[in-house]
Amino acid sequence: MSPVDRRSGPWAEFEAFVAGAAGRLLHVAVLLTAEPGTGAGDAVGGGVGGGTGSGSGAGSGCPGARRLLAGALARTYADWRRVRGDDPYDHTRRELCAAYARTARRYRGGPGVLARLAPQERLALVLCVHEGVPEEVAAAQLGLPVDRMRALTARAVAAMRPEREAA
Amino acid sequence: MSFPDRKEEQVRRLLAGPRPPVPAGLAVAAAARGDRLVRRRRVLRRIGWALLFAAAAAFAVWASLARPWELPPSEVSPPLQGW
Repeated sequence: MSPVDRRSGPWAEFEAFVAGAAGRLLHVAVLLTAEPGTGAGDAVGGGVGGGTGSGSGAGSGCPGARRLLAGALARTYADWRRVRGDDPYDHTRRELCAAYARTARRYRGGPGVLARLAPQERLALVLCVHEGVPEEVAAAQLGLPVDRMRALTARAVAAMRPEREAA
Repeated sequence: MSFPDRKEEQVRRLLAGPRPPVPAGLAVAAAARGDRLVRRRRVLRRIGWALLFAAAAAFAVWASLARPWELPPSEVSPPLQGW
């Protein structure tokens, strides 16, 4: 274990949480913003015709996703006392999705996997399919009726399918 | 329900690409920003309470001076009758 420093209590817990969860959360953020991320997103799709082959190395391809994640983590740390007993990962993902929903128009287009989807479809797909959140919970989180949530998810899944078949 | 599940499984595999590398110092930066956030919230809360107490004190002073619950002395005399 790391030596106890002068800010041991909440700081150590928060640092351990970030060390464990930041990769998954950044992946969620990159999926939402449809930024290049690792640059390997196009390679997974099998090089669809017309897709930009931005194969830059692993690095700084996702400033928007990093900004979203940094803000969500800062809010989680600010509320750490309250969040600690609950689920910090869930809280941070919630903040992340809310921040994305507020600023979604900045991330229109882009080279990522979900670039063709509308912001709400991206949220539905990432929350319900990728993260496995129950539809009722995701609908309550986004402030939508459950039926609308189900329809969004189904439409997003259907929109993502042709690329898969063409690949 | 196997057909939608199969479709969702395909999309899930599509989404589960490689994870982007996490920038170094993310936790330190987030903690610093979170501390700033806490401090700003505390200042705002103190300002709010101070404004509330100031308003309550001002109202008490005004009420004790103006005594709005007392009837003002009548300025209309009753009509003269029977003289």
